[in-house]
Amino acid sequence: MLKKVTVFGLFFALVPSVAWSEWQLNMNRGVTDTSASVYDLHMLVLYICIAISVVVFGVMFWSIFHHRKSKGFEAHQFHDSTSLEILWTVVPTIILVIILFPATTSLINSYDSEDSDIDIQVTGYQWKWRYKYIGEDLDYFSVHTTPADEIRNKATKNENYLLEVDRPLVLPINKKIRFLFTSNDVIHAWWVPAFALKKDAIPGFINEDWTRINEVGIYRGQCAELCGKDHGFMPIVVKAVTEEDYAIWLKQQKMLKQQEALASKQSWSKEQLMAKGEEIYNKNCAACHQPNGMGMAPVFPALKGSAVALGPIETHLDIIFNGKPGTAMSGYGEQLSSVEVAAVLTYERNAWGNDVGDMLSPADVDKLKGGK
Amino acid sequence: MSTQATDMVHDEHDDHGPAKGIGRWLFSTNHKDIGTMYLVFSLVMLFIGGSMAFVVRAELFQPGLQLVEPEFFNQMITMHGLIMVFGAVMPAFVGLANWMLPMMIGAPDMALPRLNNLSFWLLPFAFTMMIGTLFMDGGGPNFGWTFYAPLSTTYAPPSVTFFIFAIHMMGASSIMGAINVIVTIMNMRAPGMTYFKMPMFCWTWLITAFLLIAVMPVLAGVVTMMLMDIHFGTAFFDAGGGGDPVLFQHVFWFFGHPEVYIMILPSFGVVSHVIPAFSRKKLFGYNSMVYAIIAIAILSFVVWAHHMFTVGMPFAGELFFMYTTMLIAIPTGVKIFNWISTMFRGSMTFETPMLYSIGFVILFTIGGLSGIMLALAPVDMVYQDTYFVVAHFHYVLVPGAIFGIFAAVYFWLPKWTGKMYDEGLAKLHFWVSFIGLNLTFFPMHFVGLAGMPRRIPDYPLQFADFNMVVSLGAFLFGASQLIFVYVLIKTLRSGEKAEQLPWDGAEGLEWTLPTPAPYHSFPTPPKVD
Ligand code: HEC
Ligand SMILES: [Cu+2]
Repeated sequence: MLKKVTVFGLFFALVPSVAWSEWQLNMNRGVTDTSASVYDLHMLVLYICIAISVVVFGVMFWSIFHHRKSKGFEAHQFHDSTSLEILWTVVPTIILVIILFPATTSLINSYDSEDSDIDIQVTGYQWKWRYKYIGEDLDYFSVHTTPADEIRNKATKNENYLLEVDRPLVLPINKKIRFLFTSNDVIHAWWVPAFALKKDAIPGFINEDWTRINEVGIYRGQCAELCGKDHGFMPIVVKAVTEEDYAIWLKQQKMLKQQEALASKQSWSKEQLMAKGEEIYNKNCAACHQPNGMGMAPVFPALKGSAVALGPIETHLDIIFNGKPGTAMSGYGEQLSSVEVAAVLTYERNAWGNDVGDMLSPADVDKLKGGK
Repeated sequence: MSTQATDMVHDEHDDHGPAKGIGRWLFSTNHKDIGTMYLVFSLVMLFIGGSMAFVVRAELFQPGLQLVEPEFFNQMITMHGLIMVFGAVMPAFVGLANWMLPMMIGAPDMALPRLNNLSFWLLPFAFTMMIGTLFMDGGGPNFGWTFYAPLSTTYAPPSVTFFIFAIHMMGASSIMGAINVIVTIMNMRAPGMTYFKMPMFCWTWLITAFLLIAVMPVLAGVVTMMLMDIHFGTAFFDAGGGGDPVLFQHVFWFFGHPEVYIMILPSFGVVSHVIPAFSRKKLFGYNSMVYAIIAIAILSFVVWAHHMFTVGMPFAGELFFMYTTMLIAIPTGVKIFNWISTMFRGSMTFETPMLYSIGFVILFTIGGLSGIMLALAPVDMVYQDTYFVVAHFHYVLVPGAIFGIFAAVYFWLPKWTGKMYDEGLAKLHFWVSFIGLNLTFFPMHFVGLAGMPRRIPDYPLQFADFNMVVSLGAFLFGASQLIFVYVLIKTLRSGEKAEQLPWDGAEGLEWTLPTPAPYHSFPTPPKVD
């Protein structure tokens, strides 16, 4: 142990990265009653394990130290003892039973997701989360926003590196929130350590879990089930606010939605669409199709020179809007607004040397949407 | 068990010596040659799998993406796991079984020598194919060694079909090896050697072999279901067609959990030979050791879903798997207490095999204790899929399987080669490995508890420092295996001549053979009483 401490101390002195970090050793207590009970259980078992190790290793090292041939110790031949063997079967059994009581209680508690105040459907996508406030007509995607330059070490990493999203999940404190987890493609797992809540999001199935947050704050987590290439880049951010703030926020969101609808009625120039399209593309599409439109053969096709991007506008729109079932290309009709779809489509047709020259206006997207 | 020393000079067998040239290896039906091939193969795989871990740790040395793309990173973690499990640990144990079982039970060879040859020679082809997928269009398997559907089916790279075929070949090889072990042990024991006089290594391998026969077909089944889903339009794991992705996990872990015992039981056996030898005492509680192994093996079939506490099981399921998992701690504890009692009031010396065995007991206990923590379903909601789990299974597997194998190799190497290894260098190998291992895997507990998910190519800044320590430890641990190779080469080239019984406390039929052990072990069975 002493050795480890000095070794760590040495790194502490040498490594320039100390400014970033915390040498955190243990779990946090979290901000829900569940997380507190999980933490207590964790500490209980941890202490029991440490106690067991002290006894077991104590006997062992005492023996290693004293019963050695170099000290002239003669072996005592004994190789059976029924009473000892009964003892070390019974004692561990008792310890286990002691642990199992609080564990069972805690488990019962975590299964009680009845009587919730707010229901939220969480859907995993490769590689983003979608939050749907059931009964509120509010539904949006939450995409990671850590700049590529930071990931590629071309810019200094910010404090929330890899743990930042464009639109966090906003929740009120002191309310029972029930989550319904599912997935659009592969299995993901939604995990916020501060809530001690981790649940798999499984395509075609719905999993339930719940939480009740006790403190206002911003809580960050990550996808916990390997879900493909960008598994490490689909963070979760939850903003817990007071009930009043939550009501205000809900209202704002609804207003924003109306404004968006209005924006699609405006007329957009091709330049405007291209600029917006580039932004949307880099945020939503570049992970697979790459910023230069070259894709990653053979799974993610290039859009530069692609027959779809250069072909009829309807086919192109259809694939962006509805995706291609059974592949990683999911439909963006629900995630992106009409303006954004129009922009990204126009961008793909006219960027990286693609030169179809045409464009699609948001109003046209609306029209086609209505036609469906 | 006392043995009658047998005179092993058999002139009439001289013409049965090894064949010349490459044919000796290609067509070998000799348990020692095949054992050697298995061991060398597994050493090569250890280095290939290790270099993949090296890539992973180099990328994780600092936050940010420096060396490899996430896509390739995922292939590396997947291949690292598959190669270490199926290429390094399992073949090493089969190699040890090949070498030691006939010598321990007083048999001339394994019961089914041609099957033995086939089961080895499947492996190089299986692994060539599997590693070859890395060079295919779309890259190799990138879905983790647990290959959960639908990431490994609908969303997998095209090379997954080759991966499936490779798994089939490895499975066939393991099943053949297991059949051979069972037939050998059941039929070829020397007269007088009853089951309860059998050396522990034979017991552990007998149980392991039954586990293998029980679960390798399940693995074959699950990859075949994948194959059907991918190519033949079935929907076992696709909810859209009425299937269930979670079914995959149930079937996989029904194989996967016994599999982890397959990777530890033979080590239990090895340690149960080494510790008594260097304590100069009989193994404490032989019978309870045997019952404990049988109990562990049976329980291993009813705990599988503790790998799946977050999939949304019904409450009763969650409770059942939590309780059964805790139960496993009891027989495992019995084994640990028995080893310590064997050491207690012995007359101990600390040659390298003993160091590795003590290292095994200490580190395996740590891994076992974190296993108890992980068994608690409500807390596992936090541990699941974090580095805490990575720390746990490396603590049981690296000291468990790998240290057990090192202990075995150092213990029996004098008998195999007729030469003594360099004790000083071997101890250096142990200490550097031991320190490197703890530096690598201990801090993983901390980052896991602090919230770092596993299988990510890049991580938030708060985990940076421990990850650097982990990477440095991993480089040290990797480098220490070069010492091992050097010790082996040095032993073969210039090792001192070993005595017939190099360890004064060692017992068993294998030590009654001359040193080095003759090409055919016991042409006439020795008598055991
Ligand atoms: C998760 C990875 C992923 C993301 C993100 C993604 N795509 Fe795709 N995309 C694919 C895949 C895979 C295909 C190929 C589908 C197939 O098999 O036909 C595809 C195909 C396409 C095609 C047809 C290309 C052709 O030549 O067949 C277009 C157009 C397209 N995507 C546009 C987009 C746009 C626009 C976005 C962002 C809003 C986007 N994609 C985001 C994976 C992705
Ligand atoms: Cu995910």
